[in-house]
Order: sequence, then C-alpha cells, then structure tokens
Amino acid sequence: MTARSDDVRELERVTIRFAGDSGDGSQLAGQQFTNTAAIFGNDVSTMPDYPAEIRAPAGSLPGVSSFQVSFSSHEIYTPGDSPDTLVAMNPAALKTNLPDLPKGATIVANSDEFTEANLHKADYESNPLEDNSLAGYRVIPVPITSMNARALKNSGLSNTQIDRSKNMFALGLMFWLYERSLEPTLRWIETKFTKNPTVAEANATTLKAGFYFGETAELFPVHYRVPKANLAPGHYRNITGNEATALGFLAASKLSGRPLFYASYPITPATDILSELARFKRFGVKTLQAEDELAAIGAAIGAAFGGSLGLTGTSGPGLALKSEAIGLAVMTELPVVIISVQRSGPSTGMPTKNEQADLLQAMFGRNGESPVAIVAPATPSECFDMAIEAFRIALRHMVPTILLSDGYLGAGSEPWRIPSFDDLPKFEVKFATDPESFQPYARDEETLARPWAIPGTPGLEHRIGGLEKSDGAGTVSYTAENHEIMVHHRAEKVARIANDIPDLEVVGNPEGELLVLGWGSTYGAITSAVQRARADGLSVSAAHLRHMNPFPKNLGDVLSRFERVLIPEMNLGQLRMLIRARYLVDAVGLNRVTGRPLKIAEIVEKISGLVRRKVSVA
Amino acid sequence: MTTAEPLPVLTRKDFVSDQEVRWCPGCGDYAILAQTQKLMPELNIPREKIVFISGIGCSSRLPYYMNTYGFHSIHGRAPTIATGLKSSRPDLSVWVITGDGDGLSIGGNHLIHVLRRNVDLVIVLFNNRIYGLTKGQYSPTSEQGKITKTSPLGSLDYPVNACSLALGANATFVARSIATDTQHLVSTLERAHQHKGASFVEVFQNCNVYNDGAFDEFTDKAVRPDRTIAVEHGQPLIFGKERNRGLRLNGVTPEVVDLGNGITESDLLVHDETLEDPTIASILARMEYPEFPVPLGVLRAFQKPTYDELMEDQVQEAIAKQGEGDLEALFAEGDTWVVD
Ligand code: SF4
Repeated sequence: MTARSDDVRELERVTIRFAGDSGDGSQLAGQQFTNTAAIFGNDVSTMPDYPAEIRAPAGSLPGVSSFQVSFSSHEIYTPGDSPDTLVAMNPAALKTNLPDLPKGATIVANSDEFTEANLHKADYESNPLEDNSLAGYRVIPVPITSMNARALKNSGLSNTQIDRSKNMFALGLMFWLYERSLEPTLRWIETKFTKNPTVAEANATTLKAGFYFGETAELFPVHYRVPKANLAPGHYRNITGNEATALGFLAASKLSGRPLFYASYPITPATDILSELARFKRFGVKTLQAEDELAAIGAAIGAAFGGSLGLTGTSGPGLALKSEAIGLAVMTELPVVIISVQRSGPSTGMPTKNEQADLLQAMFGRNGESPVAIVAPATPSECFDMAIEAFRIALRHMVPTILLSDGYLGAGSEPWRIPSFDDLPKFEVKFATDPESFQPYARDEETLARPWAIPGTPGLEHRIGGLEKSDGAGTVSYTAENHEIMVHHRAEKVARIANDIPDLEVVGNPEGELLVLGWGSTYGAITSAVQRARADGLSVSAAHLRHMNPFPKNLGDVLSRFERVLIPEMNLGQLRMLIRARYLVDAVGLNRVTGRPLKIAEIVEKISGLVRRKVSVA
Repeated sequence: MTTAEPLPVLTRKDFVSDQEVRWCPGCGDYAILAQTQKLMPELNIPREKIVFISGIGCSSRLPYYMNTYGFHSIHGRAPTIATGLKSSRPDLSVWVITGDGDGLSIGGNHLIHVLRRNVDLVIVLFNNRIYGLTKGQYSPTSEQGKITKTSPLGSLDYPVNACSLALGANATFVARSIATDTQHLVSTLERAHQHKGASFVEVFQNCNVYNDGAFDEFTDKAVRPDRTIAVEHGQPLIFGKERNRGLRLNGVTPEVVDLGNGITESDLLVHDETLEDPTIASILARMEYPEFPVPLGVLRAFQKPTYDELMEDQVQEAIAKQGEGDLEALFAEGDTWVVD
C-alpha cells in the first residue's frame, strides 16, 4: 500500500454503523461518536437497534446490537439509508448487518473475534474475511481485541474489564478515520468514572491507542473530513425523542403553572420517559410507577380531576389497555395527556422494532363516539414541541389528547436548538371558582370546553363520571335528546380545535402533479426523498401532518391542489384510509411494515413512478 | 384542623345531594349512605375538601348522593383514580366506594396495590355477595354452590375473604362492619377516617332483591352475639349472649373455648390491632361461620408513612437538596455547542 495515511478527502455526509454483541458497547461508541460530531458542528441523525432478547447468548445472531449515526455538512433528516462504514465487532455483527451495506462500503472487522467458535455461532461455514465472499467491499481486518488488551496490559484491570473497553479502541479508530477530536469523549470518560480513576485511565488509554493505530498503521489509504453544517445559529445539544418528550412535558408544567403528575407502567420503548421524569422531582414532578396500564391512566385521570397535569405514557399494547379509561376521560372531559411510543404490533409484536400502526387505534379504539385530540411529532427534537402542544390543546379544550410518537423517534437523536423559556408558547389555566350559576357541563362559547372545577373549591361540589351527563347541569341523564346533544358537543369540541392549530405547510410548489403527505417519523425519509426528486426536476411537493385529529383546516384545500397524493406510512395505509374517507381523495400508499424506517430510495422510486412531468427547478 | 375562621357548622343535610336516590327499596346501601352522611359533619373538614370516588355497581352510585366532590368512574378502577388524586392533592380527604364485584373481581389488582402502597384513603367495600346491578349473578364472595342464573348448577368458585385479602396486601387499617348496625358502622367509618393510610372497611350489606338474607345466619339480632365476635383493641376476645365464650390461639390455630372449668379470661387472645405483623389479624379475619364467630370491628390499625406523604417528601427533599428546578439549565444539560 503506497498511499499515505495523511491524505484527507472531504465528504458531505458519512454514515457509520457500530455493531457488535450486546455486551460490546456499540451503543455507547455510537453515542460518543454522535456527540463528538454534533459538537464539532455537523448535523447528525442516529438510529439505535437493540436485540429483542434481553441477553441472547454472546456471539449469537440475535444478540447483535447496533447504532447507526449519520453526520453531515448540510442539513440531514434521517440516519441514512445504508452505512458507508460498518464496524463489526464479531462475525454475528457482520452477518446481520451485511445485507444493509451497499457494495463499496468499508467494513472494519475485529479480526480477533473471527475464530472458529464465533464463526460457527454466526452460521458461517468459512471465514468471510478470508474466503473472498466480501469481494466488492473494502474490508479492513483489525485485531481490535488483542490490541486493546495490549494497550491495557498494565492498566490494573481484570481481563474481563479490559475486554469490555475494546469499544473505546474501535471508537478511537473511527475518530481518526473521520478526523474527529477525542476531547469530548475524554471529558465524558472523566466525569463518568470520577469514582473509578483506574477505569477512566484505561478507557482513555485505549481510546487514544485506537486513534494512534489509525494514524500509524497505514491500513487506510485516506481518511475523511466532513465539514461543519450550516445549522441555524443558536445553542445546541444532542437529544433523543424520549428525552425531548420528557422535557416538553416539564415545560408544559412550567408554562401552565400546574404540577406534572406522570403515571406509567414500564413498556418498551416508552420507559425512558418515566425514568427521565423521575429525575425531575425538584421541578415538583410526581411520578408513579403503576401496577398496570389501567392504573397508570386511572391515576393520571385522578390527578387531572385534582388540577394537575395528568399524564400517562405507554406503547401500543398499553394504549389498548387504556382504551376504556380514555373513554372515561372523554366523558368526564378532563385534560389528560397520553403519550404512546408506537412499536410493531399486533399484540406484543416486535417491541424493539418500529411501526406507525396505532393511528387508527388512537383515533377510534374506544367504545361509543369517543373523539380525542391527536398530535404526532415528526422528529426527535420535535417531540419537545409536540409534548407542549398536547397539553396546550388538552387544557384549552378540556379534552384527552394522545401524543403519538414511535420507537424510532424516541430512541433516535438529533441536534436540538435549545429554546429560551420566553420563546415557548404561553397558555393559561383557568379554574372555575364562582359558585354563582356554576354548571359542571356549561360550555365555553368559542371552544365548547367545560369548566375545570377542581376539588377544594368551595361551592362547586359536583359529581362527574362515565354515565352520560345532562347538558349543562352534568347530572346523570339517559334521555334520548340529551345524549344526542352531548355526542355532538363532544365531537364538535374536538373539531373546533382546528381553529386553534397552524395550517398545514407545503414544502415545494403549492400545487402540482404530486403531493407526498406524511405524518410522524417518516418525515426525514419523505423530506429527503422529495428534495432528491425535485433536484431531478420532478413536480412533487411534500407536507407533513403534526395534528392528526382534528386535521389542519386547510388540509382539504391543500389536497385539492394536487393531481395525485402519495402517503408513505409504516403501516398498511391508516392515514390514507382517514384521508380517503374524509376528503374523497384517491390517495395512493407506500406501505412498509418491516420494523425498520422507510428508506429514502424507495420513496424516490415510488415518486418517480407516479410523476410524469418534469419541471424546471430554479 | 387549624383554620383562622371557624368552619361553618354543617349538618347531615349539607351532605345530601339533590339527586334522587335510586336503590331498591329496602337495600342495605341506604343505611351506609345515611351513616356516611351523618359522619361527615363530625369530621370537621370543609365540604369542598371531601371527594368520593367509586367504580361500577350498585354501591358505586353512592357519590351521586353525597353533596361533596364525586367521581363515579369505571369498573374496578376507583382505587387508581383515588391514588392519582390523593398523591397529587394530599390536602383532600378521599373516599373510595366499591363493592365485592368492583373491588375484588374486576378491580382486585388495584385494591391490592392501593393497600400495599398505603395511600391515605378510606376504602369502603359493600359486600353483598352478589352482582346486583346486573341482576343477580354470583360474585367473588358468593359461597361455593351458589345458584344464580349464571350458575344454575351452583357456582364452582371458592369465595375470597375480603379482609384476609386486604391483610395479605399488608393493609394498615382493616375493619369489618355491618350495614344493619348503624352505631357500629358509623364508629368504624370514623376510625377508618382517623387512620392515616389506606383504610379498608368491609361492610356486610344486604341485597334484598338478589341475595336477601345473605348474612342473616350470623347477623340476625337473636343469634348475633353467639355467632359474631367484636374485636376491640386491648380486650380479650369474648363473645356469646352470656359472654361466656372466648377465643384462644393454639399455635396459629384459633380455638373457641367456653369460659369456666379452669379456662379464664387470661387464657384468651387479647386483641392488639397495632401489631406490625398482620398474621394474627389475618387469623381472625379468616374465621368464618359456622366454625367460628365472625369477627366485626377493627382488625388492624398500624401506622406507617403513607404513599402520598412519602411522594411529597421526595419532592420537597429534592428541592431542598438541589434547589428548585431551573428549566433552562436543564435544557442545556450535558454537552452543548454554539452555532453562530
Ligand atoms: S340490586 Fe341489591 S344491592 Fe343493588 S340496589 Fe337493589 S337491593 Fe341494593
């Protein structure tokens, strides 16, 4: 090899996937790489992928865990369709991830682990690093395990501890290959292991060893540089969707001046929200780990009845369990918020894999005419805004509101421009206090919301419940006319939220041949695909819904200005069904239920098949 | 309670709502409602601070008839709503009204957990050993072999003993009363209210339409002294019209003995409701007629910190230790960078 390792090539965007056994620390390596790239000024987007089994046997195919990070010198919306570089810590990691690699991709393989036993565990009959089956890829075998061991032989750590640090060696190597500073990770090591200087020292040593190995080994003909992205000015941090959701709820509490009460039962992939909020006691947040999903929403309803921000969180199966109680919140018109981080279903499905198949459950999954408000964030950082939005709607309209996130948003991360508190939308909470002519089911003229009259208010003693209530007085009523009035009130109350939410924005021309309409976490893939198609001169625009019920007022108008509408979704066409029913638009779908995010390329392909005209793009 | 202004003097009438009571004439629920309304003014709590929460069933209609705040919720879930309300609003006096179906069948899980958490609530379970609202199907407390429309050949289910279950969940206050003894009932409810923590009161209540006389064989005036036993703290367990029978423990087995013939009061079990270990209370709770007299009264009243109190303490402690939360500082936690 003649090329010198200080050759640098500039790239616009790189996608790396760290993959290894669940014990190999790929998540950590990926997160550190992400932070470092973000601090440098790249735009970043990440996608962790966990094994379904908690502790699959070491070295086995189901035990592989991976973390994909894409970093770029321009704005990016997804963690990338496919990795440019795969770090495979063992044969199983290579085998499970190879199908995602395009030809020409780089594979950095920990050659020490390609032993006969490990090859066997991964169902390899011969060593892929040697049998030429990887022709077409750039394979770089690196004896990571042994070099890490050598770097740490005097560290004072046990062999097991030493072995556990090999992810840091791999990370150091990647830092060299992509010309990133070690500083942020060194700082992180220092704070993480303050109590254990030996471990801190060892991690730092092997991280550096990996970096220097890259510099001296001449295994890589070039290394790469991805310049800073042009992000909007501001103060940034990296944030996952679940973290952003928790912070959004906290902000809603501060904005409304009401304490937050979060009750939840642990469920993948929503549990992080509970553990995040449990850390925030000093903000007056109370968290309750309930005995089950039913108790969690019951407690949230109880808290809402008492004047707190009643909140519960779950995923699809838990949302199903909460259905009856959501109906109670509809009937009692209490401002409860339910966050559901969707995952693959039905039933237990694939807990660690993604899907958007709970839209219709959120919309209709209750007995009776039981409308609720539904909002859905499009990106991890947007979870913050939509958490606030969910409470803003719930409180102003006295209506249970579902926030539909998903696992890809919840665990994925991206840079978040840290808002100043003053920039956040204000909303005030008004409790009823005047006993004069008080009626628990009187209605606000504008919104049709009923008053929030909380226990402890003298003179407003009243009873609510799941039985139909008389219009105004709120006493039990079984009369036919009253029931019809109340059903209409509840529906109209939700419909009127449309007066209070922003119009749907169209990206691209406001009219044309094709509109790609999406919702939720497909935002990144759709936006990138439409950008690409427009760059190819295709007449296509995009619009992304954040308000799923009610829809923005101008949605019908937007749809009518396009000849065709394409709705890509990670389900069999749930938004499409709503759009077709409501607007009589013959929308077509692009539907994938693979448990993985939609790919930009497949959306581009679909667009190309639908659009006939080329337009000149200025 | 210390308030600057004396509370207005309330009477039973102040706690009667404007809703027409809709139980069957003769139902035991009326007596429980009346005693509850009678007790309220005695508690010296402003009316607006009192909340009654119920599930589904005949008993669960009670909140509609109380002129307090009320929440008639869904089947079995009243303890969950009460937990959320009390934990977020410790200033309120929260009462849960439930029945044998609501509390022990569809809501059994929540009952266990609200009791073990020791949320400061009063939970009154009306036990009529039948499903009344749905017109007479056997319930989890119905005796095995019960003939109903859904068990024409007799029910197969072994019944649950409500107080035993509550003690199994380590409830800190467990008592049993009967709707027909108004004096006993009102004083038991008062004790339950005074107890800080989850107070569980089982009330034998007659459903005269679908299970008439369910408790007659031991609650009828004529036989009651011989077939029930009043448990009173610090008192030896004596019963019988002549007060000549007693209860002693032989290991962990209760034994009914006749006083006299060398057996004296000092041989009898002396009731101690304050024991931390609920074992003896459970032994008593499990005594059933005809083998034993049925115990009535306070089986257990053991004080320990309540869930709502501990939850509030955690918040206050966090604030004391870390200072009140600063949202903007939290937003900027960890590694951040500036783009100009
Ligand atoms: S059905 Fe039984 S329990 Fe229900 S109201 Fe009638 S008598 Fe009372």
